[in-house]
Amino acid sequence: MARTIGEVILKVDGISLAFGGVKALTDVSFDVREHEVRAIIGPNGAGKSSMLNCINGVYSPQQGRITFKGQTFEQMSPHRAAEMGIARTFQSLALFKGMSVLDNIMTGRNLRMRTNLLLQALRLGPAEREEMEHRAFVEKIIDFLEIQAYRKTPVGRLPYGLQKRVDLGRALAMEPAMLLLDEPMAGMNVEEKQDMCRFILDLNDEFGTTIVLIEHDMGVVMDISDRVVVLDYGKKIGDGTPAEVRSNQAVIDAYLGVAH
Amino acid sequence: MSRNLKRNWPVYALGALLAIGLVLPLATGASALGFYIEVMLGGLMSGVLYSLVALGFVLIFKASGVFNFAQGAMVLFAALALARLSEVMPLYVAFGLAILIMIVFAWLVERLVLRHLVNQEGVVLLMATLGVTYFLDGFGQTVWGSDIYKIDLGLPKEPMIVGEQLFQGGILISKEDLFAAAIAALLVMCLAVFFQKTPTGRALRAVADDHQAAQSIGIPLNRIWVIVWAVAGFVALVAGMIWGAKLGVQFSLQLIALKALPVVILGGLTSVPGAIIGGLVIGVGEKFAEVFLGQYLARTFDLAGGGIEYWFAYVLCLFFLLVRPEGLFGEKHIDRV
Amino acid sequence: MLYRENGQFKTTYRADQQMLPILQDRFFVVALVAAAFLVVPLIASDYWFRALIVPFLILSIAAIGLNILVGYCGQISLGQAAFMSVGAYAAFNFTVRVPELNFLLVLLLAGTISALAGMVFGLPSLRIKGLYLAVATLAAQFFIDWLFIRVKWFTNNSPSGAVSTSPIELFGWTVDSPVDKYWFVLGVVVVMTLAAKNLVRSAIGRSWMAIRDMDVAAEVIGIRAGWAKLSAFAVCSFYAGVAGALWGFIHLGAWEPLAFNINVSFNLLFMIIIGGMGSLLGSFFGAAFIVMLPLILNQLPGWFGIEISTALLSHIEFMIFGALIVFFLIVEPHGLARLWAIGKEKLRLWPFPH
Repeated sequence: MARTIGEVILKVDGISLAFGGVKALTDVSFDVREHEVRAIIGPNGAGKSSMLNCINGVYSPQQGRITFKGQTFEQMSPHRAAEMGIARTFQSLALFKGMSVLDNIMTGRNLRMRTNLLLQALRLGPAEREEMEHRAFVEKIIDFLEIQAYRKTPVGRLPYGLQKRVDLGRALAMEPAMLLLDEPMAGMNVEEKQDMCRFILDLNDEFGTTIVLIEHDMGVVMDISDRVVVLDYGKKIGDGTPAEVRSNQAVIDAYLGVAH
Repeated sequence: MSRNLKRNWPVYALGALLAIGLVLPLATGASALGFYIEVMLGGLMSGVLYSLVALGFVLIFKASGVFNFAQGAMVLFAALALARLSEVMPLYVAFGLAILIMIVFAWLVERLVLRHLVNQEGVVLLMATLGVTYFLDGFGQTVWGSDIYKIDLGLPKEPMIVGEQLFQGGILISKEDLFAAAIAALLVMCLAVFFQKTPTGRALRAVADDHQAAQSIGIPLNRIWVIVWAVAGFVALVAGMIWGAKLGVQFSLQLIALKALPVVILGGLTSVPGAIIGGLVIGVGEKFAEVFLGQYLARTFDLAGGGIEYWFAYVLCLFFLLVRPEGLFGEKHIDRV
Repeated sequence: MLYRENGQFKTTYRADQQMLPILQDRFFVVALVAAAFLVVPLIASDYWFRALIVPFLILSIAAIGLNILVGYCGQISLGQAAFMSVGAYAAFNFTVRVPELNFLLVLLLAGTISALAGMVFGLPSLRIKGLYLAVATLAAQFFIDWLFIRVKWFTNNSPSGAVSTSPIELFGWTVDSPVDKYWFVLGVVVVMTLAAKNLVRSAIGRSWMAIRDMDVAAEVIGIRAGWAKLSAFAVCSFYAGVAGALWGFIHLGAWEPLAFNINVSFNLLFMIIIGGMGSLLGSFFGAAFIVMLPLILNQLPGWFGIEISTALLSHIEFMIFGALIVFFLIVEPHGLARLWAIGKEKLRLWPFPH
């Protein structure tokens, strides 16, 4: 990859997560370095989405710690994660169906908006200026993702592939230091996947965004990631470069099955 | 703090509050024992009646996930039907006819309202039942009239007086109230048996759990909903009959349903025993608050009269909504992303 | 042919994001407001003002508030009338205890107090939603009802619990006649609608809609759900408070606590359901509909030469309300506003079919 990979920016330590009797994650530890593309792979139900949910505070693990940018937490809240620079997309799109593409991406700028309610109600100077500034930034993202033609369309009307782009755009609007992508290419055809890969690589190249992604398409994973974590039944069974993981016996067993 | 305490402290707090509230008037000598027992009994009786209405809510929610705001209107409508029909035919015939009417109502509600709103969220369904309430209100009064009507259950009207030797003047117990309590108990037992032991009851529970899963194993959703609303209609009829015999059938009967909402929340939206216990707690608590607390507040703060009854139930349920929304016996919800 | 955006290109973001980007819309709205101020007083009778237009305008304000909470922010409130009464009693107390205050200031203060009350009773929304929240707001309605009946300070120790007001004096202008009242209320409506429109299309409006559409995702982006919900409650109650003060002072003149009972709350909810949730225009449609329906129903039998008693008429009114609510929820959950939008879409193509 073009970017030089830096120090560890995220470390998860001994994360265990259970829902009632169901153990989603058991003692998972790994780290993510700045500017790298880290993939999390594994069969369905392995706990990949749960892991992402723990990282950005949607779920609270029963055990374990998360260290991001040098600060350690036992509980992360979604709001704090957002403030610290973690953004994510969702496997089942979590777009705001009632709003247009432009508005959806603009919500990503909310953290950086400072004017208060009264000024907004009167739409005086500072509120108007701030709105325009953020609009300009969001337009850059829209250009990057090539969705200019759809900016005023309600997202509910867009085809799936474009909705995924809007999801990505909204996460980008937060100017994140680390981006968590939950199956960004699910349900896409070959061309759409190529587009998405291009976006992800461009993000990593141009802006140096650290990317953690969950993906099932092994071709994509092996091509674009720097390092890979493999989960199975909530436990980590592999961790290393794509080549190392591809030849790991435990990983092969998990995916191909074990003869009884 | 232990896990259990963390979760259950509101229940303990409520228990403590009730204990204090029940003991205080006796302990401070603010009330004679006989009067105290009368207030207690009065509270229990109105509690039983609240429970009856709350049962209807719980049934429909348990089986269809719909919070039926129209339950109160159903009570009034059923009572009106019974009252007016019994003017021209014997009571038990009128009762049977009223049951039929409620079944037809249930069928209509399923056909015209529920079927079209299957996948909507709870709030939309709530508002739809609000619409049904208004419609039923207007319709009932158009068809049956809007005066005050009587229901004659054939019970002696004079109250019994017991314990004349122990308490001054004895304690008044109304035979109607005893009858009401007995009916309520019988109804609850029948419903419990119905839900637990019969195939239809099982189907109802399956539907309450997961509409789509129930459909996929062949449970006819629409028919289930008609059954549930019919059963709730029957419960409404019984409640209306008892309330109506006691207070006369009039418009304000409907407002009692608004009182039943806190009962349902307190007990837990999905719990039949919760509806009973919640009703009793609120019935007694309300009466005690009104009689004893109300006097105290009026004297100390120079308020114009009591009226605590008006909001006691709601504030109690507000407390629970904030700290333990599932109520005393309901199921805890987990939202997954 | 008339309603086209052809040739209306925007070259700045500012122009693109203005309130009414289409020229024809701007023209129409300005003309409408001008006509409202200048033409209507010439053609409407006193009765129309008193029975129809002024109540419609005042209730629109309350409906806009409720729409912001329910339609834009996705919460629910069955107690809007209670916050109207807070505003009304607050205004009453201010005028009685501090008579020198300018009435506009009184309105603002009444709204603010109502907003604070709204935030307090909106606190449950941080923990519960849906029908649980609806029951909590009912608690607010009943408790506030009781408060104004029983705590004598609020009614200035009036023995019957009723309060009465005298006509408003504003910069030497006595708001006395129906036309005066109409102009005053219309002015307030225009200002408050503008503010609402601004709020809805700015960051706070977007955060409301985000909470409505998917609150978990909103949290993940960094939108504080608590602040968004409480601000929605605050704004909703502010509007309710102002509407309540206007209702008490201008429409009623004198009132007792039950003037703001639960039926008014339900009516307001019906207004936004029928009018269209999530649409400011819908609030107006709904308010007009609910205000006009009883009046039309009263006249209708006369047109057909049938005699119906007023009691029966009010029962039929209830039936029609109920049926309409269910109808709109099933058929057009976005209400009349959606029908209007569809009409405009067709108008853009007219006279071509597609």
